Amino acid sequence: MSHMDHLEVVGKSILKKESPDKATGRAKYTGDYTESGLLHAAMVTSSYAHANILNIDTSAAWQVKGVRTILTGEDSHVLTGEEIRDRPIIAKDRVRFFGETVAVVVADTEAAAKQAAYSMIVQYEPLQVVNSPTQAIRKGAPLVHPNLGQYKAADGVNPIPGTNVASLIKIRKGQMEKGWSDSEVVIENTVSFAPSDHAAMETRSAVAEIRPDGHIVIETSSQAPFAVKKYMGLYFNIEPGWIIVKTPFVGGGYGGKAAIQLEPIAYLASKAVGGRKVKIINTREEDMVTSPGHIGLEARVKLGSTSKGEITAAEIIYWFDGGAYNDKSSDVARAAAADCTGPYAINNLYCDCMTIYTNHPYASAYRGYGHAELTFAIERAMDALAEKLGMDPLELRTMNIVTPGDTSPTRNMLNSSNLGDLRECMRRLRNLSGWDEWKVKQVDANKVRSKGISCGWKNSSMDPNASSGAIVSFNPDGSLNLECGVVEIGTGTKTVLAQILAERMKLDPSQIHVKFTIDTAITPEHWKTVASRGTFMGGRAVLKAADDAIRQLLDIAGCVLRVDPEDLEVGWGKVFVRSDPAVHVDFKDICYGYTYPNGNSIGGQIIGRGHYIQRQMTYLNPETGEVGPEWNVSAQAVEIELDISDYNYKILKAISVIDAGKVLNPKGAEGQVMGAMSMGLSFGNRETFIFNDQGIVLNPTLRDYPLIRYGENPEYIVKFIENPCLEAPFGARALGEHGLIGMPAALASALSRAAGVHLNHLPLFPERIWRTKMRVPYDTV
Amino acid sequence: MRDGAHVVKIELYVNREGRSVVARPADTLLHILREELGLTGAKPGCNNGDCGACTVVMDGWPMKSCIMLAVEAAGRQVTTIEGLRDTPIQRAFAEKWAFQCGYCTPGFIMNCHALIQNRPDATDEIITDWLQSNICRCTGYKEISEAVKSVLVTGKDTL
Repeated sequence: MSHMDHLEVVGKSILKKESPDKATGRAKYTGDYTESGLLHAAMVTSSYAHANILNIDTSAAWQVKGVRTILTGEDSHVLTGEEIRDRPIIAKDRVRFFGETVAVVVADTEAAAKQAAYSMIVQYEPLQVVNSPTQAIRKGAPLVHPNLGQYKAADGVNPIPGTNVASLIKIRKGQMEKGWSDSEVVIENTVSFAPSDHAAMETRSAVAEIRPDGHIVIETSSQAPFAVKKYMGLYFNIEPGWIIVKTPFVGGGYGGKAAIQLEPIAYLASKAVGGRKVKIINTREEDMVTSPGHIGLEARVKLGSTSKGEITAAEIIYWFDGGAYNDKSSDVARAAAADCTGPYAINNLYCDCMTIYTNHPYASAYRGYGHAELTFAIERAMDALAEKLGMDPLELRTMNIVTPGDTSPTRNMLNSSNLGDLRECMRRLRNLSGWDEWKVKQVDANKVRSKGISCGWKNSSMDPNASSGAIVSFNPDGSLNLECGVVEIGTGTKTVLAQILAERMKLDPSQIHVKFTIDTAITPEHWKTVASRGTFMGGRAVLKAADDAIRQLLDIAGCVLRVDPEDLEVGWGKVFVRSDPAVHVDFKDICYGYTYPNGNSIGGQIIGRGHYIQRQMTYLNPETGEVGPEWNVSAQAVEIELDISDYNYKILKAISVIDAGKVLNPKGAEGQVMGAMSMGLSFGNRETFIFNDQGIVLNPTLRDYPLIRYGENPEYIVKFIENPCLEAPFGARALGEHGLIGMPAALASALSRAAGVHLNHLPLFPERIWRTKMRVPYDTV
Repeated sequence: MRDGAHVVKIELYVNREGRSVVARPADTLLHILREELGLTGAKPGCNNGDCGACTVVMDGWPMKSCIMLAVEAAGRQVTTIEGLRDTPIQRAFAEKWAFQCGYCTPGFIMNCHALIQNRPDATDEIITDWLQSNICRCTGYKEISEAVKSVLVTGKDTL
């Protein structure tokens, strides 16, 4: 790329463009918009995890003044789902998880809608509950979806009708017999964790109206407004042009708001009241269980190695707990399958990756998209192998990590551009963590400190034709407006994109005005704000739009200055002759056309447009692979202090070393990584849905589902190395998810070392450590 | 209310302005601030007092407006994030990168603001005690800590 030598804006901690709005409470989120005449919807949700719906008595609800309509499963026959069309918008005949939407009331006020919802009487006939993947795959297990064979499934999804397997992916590489015969040491390790939640502070909300001209307008707290447009069209057989989706600021997503769930409910509600505007906002309880959450996993990993520690074979079985409906869980599993070994070069590989239906709240994308999950399974196995070999766990990892020239599990050739430099990350981690000084030490009679490490990698799974677009348009003062489809969910991506634009235009970033609100009728599409792709794809689109605008500037300036445009350059608000910068014309004199002294004018407002589509993406082929943009890597460590008198512990320090390719905004990047680390530690340390034996979630509130709070956080150490990805804007690699990926595994590693047991089940409540240590069975959770 | 239930008229003092509202006795202060007064800076996160996103300052002290009835706020001085203008803690939150999605930010800032006014010399222990009533899901709290401490040390006289 040209202009790469400039770098006066990129690489600096430019304050986020939305900071003034956010620090004053003026930033608007979907739920903040209101207007007179707006109707409100409230849900009735299932109190059983698996039951037939015998009857819904709405008579008392209709008595509540202000009720306009009541919807049940009978009001729509549409099945939804991006991978498998298996989920009714409102449960029909049967509920499959605790919290599933059973009915929706629309009323003049929120209070009336809620009162009516509370007055509804639903009669259920309880069915046998499938309460874990293990239960789901047992012979004779009740089927969550007896009609699985009749559902439509997307390419690459492999359901097994007559079972609870929503999708099976097989990855095979090398020769297993040889791998095992070459191995001198073999270990097998199993891990598990139950589904949990994203717990974004903003609960999801949606507003829908159907305008007299037929346009369906949906405002939604979504990471994927363009996917809402696409799938609403698909589900209801509407041409996408008639669907307009708007998204303002989003109060945290972490993947959970890439799912489409409230939007169809709001649409059905609006349709039932003649197209009037209807708003629905999740309660916290609904946001945790009714809307999709974080996937669960049971996994078994068998590794074989030489006595020196060279891994010769791996047999990996993943049973993802995708819950009652598939949503994106089989795709999360696909991403995990493609990177199933973690960042290790293992030439003889057998992996079965299954997405399992259970009667749990269903799963959508969650930060890391299957990678924190697979990493936990692989890294616990690596520790077990290191222990059996009597090797330093860091040495074992270093010996086996992927490097350029290796192939991925799906046999993609790895090189220094598409693969981050994990060796260097590990070298830095070794020093930062003081790994060679001590790994476990007694502090006093009861307190033991220890360290654990983890390595991770992740490619970005996305639809093969996922694209991103950008429009840059000039203002009469020579400043630029930037419009693109990346949703500002808190990642600061739009500021980074403004930096990229400023860099290419050689402008001060204050001269870039960013539009935050997405309006799919005019905003260029960005597939979804997921997969750490905003900067990469949006950045490429912005660069192309900038180049388009520059070309137009040079053309008109060439005319005005009477020089060949090739002799011109842009910068600092001017177009100037490269060899004689004094000969120039200001942007503001040409960006809305140029007017000659006699009034003759040429040109017009300069509008640059750009788009980007990832090259060489394919549907997953277990043999020829799935070429994603790049496998980025991280090496992480956690230091804890365990009190062996009561098994309470403190997380003292957490370290991440990530190959950033190029850090575009240091404070922003560091914040993304620390936030992800916090989320990963919270997941490893305390987050889980607690299910009773009937599949009921006992803790769907932030009181019983405790997130890490102020002061419980460790000291964070975040370091980046910069080994560029040649396809990325300025070389920048993905980093929004990598901080999370290794945290649960590193935490388990440290605690296992301190407690002297193998901790393989999350979350790592003190009680769980005690039970493992004392060999007390865990019978309640 | 509009469904015919009993309503009451309440005199509120919000951001130094007198405001008359008609509310159901069951309406929370948060609901009235947002839906009747258009002050949407205070956010609903749980409506259960767990997350602190709805925090306002009431007679100088932080209060979760989702677990207080609007009628209970009658005659008391309520300050919402909209009542703060260019305060050191707001600047510190921006400059220290103390938010990402921004949803918890008004609640955190109001809590910090009350802390700074009440305990300008707050120790780490006191800061933690106060700020544990709010949840931020995006950051790892480091930046929030830096923001509040930067004001406690240097900005206490200007508030």
